Amino acid sequence: MNAIEKQLQLQPNRRMSYIMTIGIVCLLCIWSVTTIHFENVSVNGTKIAKNIFVGLLNPDWSLIVNWTTTGIPYLLIETMAIAFLGTIVGALLAIPLAFLSASNIVPKPISFIVRFLLIIIRTIPAIVYGLMFIRVTGPGPFAGVLTMSLTSIGMLSKLYVDVIEDLDKSILESMEAIGCTLMEKIRYGIWPQLTALFLSIVIYRFDMNLRDATILGLVGAGGIGAPLIFAMNAYKWSEVGAILLGLVLLILMVEYMSNRLRMKLVKG
Amino acid sequence: MQWKLLSPKKIVLPNGKEVLEKRSFIPVMWLILFILMVLAIRITGFSLDILVHRMQQFFVILQQMIPPNVAYLSKLWQPLFDTIKMSLLGSIAGALCALPIAILAATNITKHKGLAMMCKFILSLLRTLPTLIIALIATFIFGLGTMAGTVAIFLFTIAYVGKLLYEQIENANMDAYEAMQSMGLTTMQAFRYAILPQILPNYLSTSLFCFEGNVRYASILGYVGAGGIGLLLNESLGWRSYENVGMILLMLVCTVFLIETTSEYFRKKLM
Repeated sequence: MNAIEKQLQLQPNRRMSYIMTIGIVCLLCIWSVTTIHFENVSVNGTKIAKNIFVGLLNPDWSLIVNWTTTGIPYLLIETMAIAFLGTIVGALLAIPLAFLSASNIVPKPISFIVRFLLIIIRTIPAIVYGLMFIRVTGPGPFAGVLTMSLTSIGMLSKLYVDVIEDLDKSILESMEAIGCTLMEKIRYGIWPQLTALFLSIVIYRFDMNLRDATILGLVGAGGIGAPLIFAMNAYKWSEVGAILLGLVLLILMVEYMSNRLRMKLVKG
Repeated sequence: MQWKLLSPKKIVLPNGKEVLEKRSFIPVMWLILFILMVLAIRITGFSLDILVHRMQQFFVILQQMIPPNVAYLSKLWQPLFDTIKMSLLGSIAGALCALPIAILAATNITKHKGLAMMCKFILSLLRTLPTLIIALIATFIFGLGTMAGTVAIFLFTIAYVGKLLYEQIENANMDAYEAMQSMGLTTMQAFRYAILPQILPNYLSTSLFCFEGNVRYASILGYVGAGGIGLLLNESLGWRSYENVGMILLMLVCTVFLIETTSEYFRKKLM
């Protein structure tokens, strides 16, 4: 037996655990296949599907070049404004929560409680928040902004916490050694470490909020979602095609820009 | 154009040498941000005044939810399990389908440039369409029920896992792969033995993470008729029986917490 074979035999035998894992996944799969029912598939499903695709491929151009408040350009700008403002408000609100749930800054029990609170905030669907905020502001984009900011808090603070827990503390110690005050320590020791990464997280969340803003239309909280869903329920597939075309183009553009910006921010 | 604000500042060093200090773009950034914010506030009608005066209205519904209707629990199990099943099946099937698409989209494995571009474009197109809209279209084709939700989650998972996966494949170390190819292994064999071990932990971890998010997404898919607990949520919200809504949300939070903790444990182990 040569050295290579000896080394090979040193490898732990994981066959049992592999078989176990695959077995469990298969069982879960079989358990969940029971959700698939084909009896609900409408007989003319393929016909409907064909209609949908024909409509999507022939967008209604009169909506795209319509510059009034019911046209697609204005609706897209409104959606962007909701996502933008919602992200900014959410980003500001998430900062104190993130510091409160960072285990290297506050005691363990507090951080655990705040983390649980964040999970609750994250899990409640945006629709429920939307309905709550409509009581506050009445239907319209303002309710959408508030909903977006509340739903962004959860993910933003979770990502912030990772950055805060990676803070380089040796810088703070050396600043203390040369006699900096607390404010100076925050300004020159903590702030520069956080800004770039925080900004990159916020831009990423803006990207996500823009996609999620379409949900708001369901409860009347503004944005492009409502016209989209009305058009769908009325089977006006060419209108749906036009709205989706605008949305897809906007999201692709924003994604490209945000990727470039984040690259620049993280690499310096 | 020489812009006064942005032109570099001249500093004369003690030895008489001149150096140029580049001005920071930050003030310009602040200005742009400020203008955009003012525009956004105009468009959305944001007003602090309303917010401060009517904020207590936000808690009206919340207060009505607070003693959740425990008797409603017996009706909740079936839809809750439907939601979990929907996201589980959609995630597993989506993650499995994402692998071949990611291989086709990775330019270091697929030598055909056009094919890789096509796959990347399809992935980003799928990612752009909101899940709720896909679910709505799916209900028109597959009828109301869990099937439509499963399809929506399946497509979203393909797009999400596929994108992260092809980035990992493109960043993988190619040395072993090239060595194996030069020994005469086919592309697939070389991929199986050289690239797959590198990406597998990340692939599984991404899929688990996607599953976590999918459970949360699946809970609202019922709103458009795609089955699961969202159907009941929509119903209870419509009837304004907020104590039922409270119970649904409580169950959702518990389920998501459980799934998240389990999946986080496994993800830590994988890394």
